[in-house]
Amino acid sequence: MKKVLGAIMLTAMAVAIPAAAAHAEDLISVGFAQVGHESDWRTASTKSCQDVFSEENGYDLSFVDCDNDEAAQKEAVRSFIEQDVDYIIIDPIIATGWDTVLTECDEAGIPVIVIDRTIDDSDKYAAWVGSNFKTEGLAAGEWLKAYADKMGIEELNVLTISGSTGSSAQIGRSDGFNEVAEKYGWNLIDEQTGDFTEAGGQEVMENYCKSYEGQFNVVVCQNDNEAFGAMTAMDNAGVTYGPGNDVILISYDACTAGLEDVKAGKITADFECNPLAAPFVEEVINKLAAGEEVEKEVYMVEHWYALEDQIVEFEVDGAAQEMTVVTDEVIEAQY
Amino acid sequence: MNKQSTWQKIKGWSLFLPVMSLLLVMAVNIIHDIYIGANPLSFFMITLRQTTGNGTILYGRIIDILNRGSEVAILSIGMTLVVSSSAGTDISVGSVMSLCASFCCMLLAGYGVSSTTTLARPLLVGILGGIAIGVLCGMFNGTLVAYFGIQPMVATLILYSAARAIGLLLCNDLIVYIRNDSFGFFGGFLGLIPTPVVIAAICILVVALLLKKTALGMYIQSVGINAKASRIAGLNSKRIIFLTYMLCGLFAGIAGIVASSRITSADSNNIGLYFEMDAILAVALGGNSLGGGKFNLAGSIIGAYTIQAITTTLYALGVSSTQAPVFKAIIVILIVAIQAPPLKAYFKKRSAAKQVKGAAS
Repeated sequence: MKKVLGAIMLTAMAVAIPAAAAHAEDLISVGFAQVGHESDWRTASTKSCQDVFSEENGYDLSFVDCDNDEAAQKEAVRSFIEQDVDYIIIDPIIATGWDTVLTECDEAGIPVIVIDRTIDDSDKYAAWVGSNFKTEGLAAGEWLKAYADKMGIEELNVLTISGSTGSSAQIGRSDGFNEVAEKYGWNLIDEQTGDFTEAGGQEVMENYCKSYEGQFNVVVCQNDNEAFGAMTAMDNAGVTYGPGNDVILISYDACTAGLEDVKAGKITADFECNPLAAPFVEEVINKLAAGEEVEKEVYMVEHWYALEDQIVEFEVDGAAQEMTVVTDEVIEAQY
Repeated sequence: MNKQSTWQKIKGWSLFLPVMSLLLVMAVNIIHDIYIGANPLSFFMITLRQTTGNGTILYGRIIDILNRGSEVAILSIGMTLVVSSSAGTDISVGSVMSLCASFCCMLLAGYGVSSTTTLARPLLVGILGGIAIGVLCGMFNGTLVAYFGIQPMVATLILYSAARAIGLLLCNDLIVYIRNDSFGFFGGFLGLIPTPVVIAAICILVVALLLKKTALGMYIQSVGINAKASRIAGLNSKRIIFLTYMLCGLFAGIAGIVASSRITSADSNNIGLYFEMDAILAVALGGNSLGGGKFNLAGSIIGAYTIQAITTTLYALGVSSTQAPVFKAIIVILIVAIQAPPLKAYFKKRSAAKQVKGAAS
């Protein structure tokens, strides 16, 4: 058995080494250690990188799907160092435990660009490109206030289906929204996690419908997949949602399928979390290659989506926000 | 006198403790509802509800428990047989569920398609394909355990880590959405009743009949108690162990289709995640020994629904999802502890002493 396994490993290595060595000289090699593919958002993020760092654009991308395994991710980064890639992109599964690995990258002279999620215990990376989750939460809250005022809804009773507990998206969105809720004295009934999955959203909403029957008029889902699940559960409980119905349904991410539901009058408003980090990363890489100074934190441009009648004016931190009306063209252009 | 003997009979019933545990878990809700001043029986109420799009359905927490517990109940059938025959567990069932769901959705949507509303192939091809992959995985595990003599946990560890990854490959690293009502049926409703409940009931019935009407159940137990002796007595022990793993794979396939149909998509990262643990727990909660040999299928099924009853109860009590696992663990420890042999022996001794005392006075 051992011999067979050994032989298999040797063969695998023999195949892998030439593949790694086959980097064409003139291509910029980029290693990308992705979290996994738990949602549409993640898939879009992956696709964005694959599109931007394609061979036609002069790149050689080594892509590793780490399947939400933090040890595998660090191993992937180390293998990038061994392959001696030019740049490493990491979407860190967890925020801590990175210092050793990043020091190794630093010593190998490979710049690291962190995207989406953050690294808390090391600053040995060139730049971080991502979303401001708290701004998304604040925007959702302020929109709700303005919309409720417009519709003459006085009492807001909110149920939240949050994302994976402790993820930066969950913390940021909860913080932002709850801050607004506290400011206006809304009733936050309950917040349970749906782990960013459709099945999770379904089960949590199924129980919400029974525990708080007739007591809520706002449901906030922290990503579109949870919203899909929540919709099925509300359908089966005979609760109506969307513009003009019993429940105001707020979602984050704004993936294509999410926007289709906005257009269909199911999701009342959807707050984008832009997954297309790659163009911003490429900008950073270009600057680094030219020897220019790069900003440590790069925030991406994001949009807030609704149908015409749900568009209201609101401010976040004193800055007026612009909303985008969902049309077929907008959906087509979305990831 | 007569009354006491009935009570003794109930207490002597092999399913007494699992059933009591399930009832106790659900009884917590009565106390909670009285405390908050609601109808004490609101947890147990089943009503008819008009839905948006699914017609009228049965609606209530009990239905939720039966519905959401279906996958683990289906898995626990196979797990019980595996535990009994080989004194080991099949830890690959969760990953195999995900693989079967991925394969089924890949067949139905076509390779590389991430979202579709029309089926690329007849529904039946996808469903049977998914289940066939499950059977194949079971046969792989069975071959390793029965014919290569590899320890069950090690043998099934291979698919535990590989099956989910193969599923990812089949789905081209995407979540495959099949937004088609005919596929949603297996996670939807059959008339008034959620389809998963019906599927679980059919699986349980078929296996129960198989065990009752044939000698298979006895064969499995005798192999589990002593494989060598069974072989000498004329049983093909290896083939029986192989068969149990194959059945376990079959049920993992069915559970995978149900889980996938619920969300009308193949979410290979999340389908069946940690379900192997719940399935093993269900077997243990049902009062079965993980050391193999004698088993009680009904116990495992009750165990599966007990796990779901705990989850649903924690939701009903409004326990935050961050703390829920702690409470779940405490309840599980209690249920397993009261079924532990030393405690059982202690209670037996005490009731015997009581009887002697009662007879003396």
